Amino acid sequence: MSMIKRNRIALIFLLVALMAPLFTDNQYYLYIVTLSFIWTIAVYGMNLIGGYTGQLSLAHAGFFAIGAYSLGLLTVDANVPYWFAFVLACLITTVVGFFVGLIALRTKEHFFAIYTLCVGYIIYLVIYQWDELTGGVRGLIGVPPPSPIGPISFESAESNYYLVLAFLVLVFVFMKFLTESLIGRTYVAIRNSEELAQTIGINTMRQKLVSFVISTFLAGLAGALYASFVRFLGPEISYTMTTFDMLTYLIVGGIGTLYGPLVGTFLIVTITQSLQFMEEYRMLIFGPLLVFLVIFYPRGIVGGIQMWKAKRQFKKRQKMKRTSSTSTHEGGD
Amino acid sequence: MLIETTGLTKAFGGLTAVDDVDVGIEEGKITAIIGPNGAGKSTLFNVISGFHSSTNGKITFNGEDITKKKAFNIAKLGIARTFQTTNLFEQATVMDNVVIGHRLRTKSGVFDALLQTPRLKREERACREKAEEVLTFVGLQKESDRLVSDISQEAKKRAAFAVALATDPKIVFLDEPAAGVNPEETGGLVALMRKMVNNGLTVCLIEHKMQMIMELADHIVVLNQGKKIAEGTPEEIQNNDTVIQAYLGGGEEAADAH
Repeated sequence: MSMIKRNRIALIFLLVALMAPLFTDNQYYLYIVTLSFIWTIAVYGMNLIGGYTGQLSLAHAGFFAIGAYSLGLLTVDANVPYWFAFVLACLITTVVGFFVGLIALRTKEHFFAIYTLCVGYIIYLVIYQWDELTGGVRGLIGVPPPSPIGPISFESAESNYYLVLAFLVLVFVFMKFLTESLIGRTYVAIRNSEELAQTIGINTMRQKLVSFVISTFLAGLAGALYASFVRFLGPEISYTMTTFDMLTYLIVGGIGTLYGPLVGTFLIVTITQSLQFMEEYRMLIFGPLLVFLVIFYPRGIVGGIQMWKAKRQFKKRQKMKRTSSTSTHEGGD
Repeated sequence: MLIETTGLTKAFGGLTAVDDVDVGIEEGKITAIIGPNGAGKSTLFNVISGFHSSTNGKITFNGEDITKKKAFNIAKLGIARTFQTTNLFEQATVMDNVVIGHRLRTKSGVFDALLQTPRLKREERACREKAEEVLTFVGLQKESDRLVSDISQEAKKRAAFAVALATDPKIVFLDEPAAGVNPEETGGLVALMRKMVNNGLTVCLIEHKMQMIMELADHIVVLNQGKKIAEGTPEEIQNNDTVIQAYLGGGEEAADAH
């Protein structure tokens, strides 16, 4: 009972997400929401290293693309069975992430951001220029949809929606377990002060590396899902702008919060789609909105709500204290 | 001697911040390191606690050579420290800040979190119990659910002590524990340091408040321009001509200026 109560927000989200396809026949809506779920998984990766561990990685579009292209190339060119290729794609991204992290994490703060930004751009260049392997600017066409698991096939939009939703739920639960555990606290301690973390005996380099590798794994997972969902890959998914899109989702939703990636990605992706008639003028709305958020709600929508809740609770407690102290004021100090 | 340095030197480029320093810290005693600004006190702390690697010399802990060890390994051996700025996470509660202090005695990793293993549950409970224990020890049990940003400077100092104590240390290095704290509260912190020693800990501190040092310390080491110029009991230091000249600027009355 208490478990249901504690997680009621997550369960409401889940219920709505499970019912959503029943209420709409519009394949396009379903497509957009599925896409936003895929990006959410990648943004969770960014949130773990950037939001919780405090190391802002700007290479995540690159890792997303490595996951996507690995799956695409393995299935299209190498004819590897789909789910085997899927696992391999995640694995390849993670291994690349490990080696990049090993070097990148020797830098700190903005140097880390700049370094990873460069790594992301190099990944983009490799995909763009390595014509024989990746198809370069023409892209990679004909990535197969996920092959059936037993009786369940993934041809329809609905089935794809539920597949991606299943992965998102798994990622969410993993993130919840991780960030609310001692391990998550360790990451937050590093974000707060790497010096203090070291003096209390935390091997900060190792912890940062683990956090980074998990975050690239999530980006790769999202990339692999993306490849078989959109079924066409172009080099632009690894471009720097994609990283900044992801960062925008994260900042709007709430960096360093559990629900931030969920809220931010869903809102921005759907709003962007519904404002399509405005073309590039959309940015006239997004620009000021982002500036406003960063100044007044540095921890995004979710962070803002959390703060408001904490303040309300504090006031309530103060009020209770005041009433109890007036009734027993003769015993006061 | 619990900690002993021999010929310890730390140079930053052309500047020798710690120059050929031999210091011994006796177990179960309060050792104070004093000296004018820029004397190399904090650098000495940083080198002993493994933040900076030494340029030359040797550091031993219980006879074991720890000169080349990294900061987190030194912490695991039982050497804790606090910073001049408390470095606490202001937006979290006191409890949340202190809980992580015991992390180094736990082994859980990502897979424990993923599988929610009994080990993780057990270790999280151990960390919480430890935090409660040290918060009670430093007298912050009532503040444990408040945000660090909401508590007084003195309480922050106590919280920083608690984080250090949660690591189960044998010796605690305190970098200016009473800086920015009023005289009454200073008295409270002095009592707390005494309590730590009475509980079997060894304390080594840097401090500028002379009155407090003279009252508290068993042994005083004086640094000036990176070199050790004197050491001894408070009485010996108060009557040492070199110290008076280098540090107190010539007059006895200056000793009370702080």
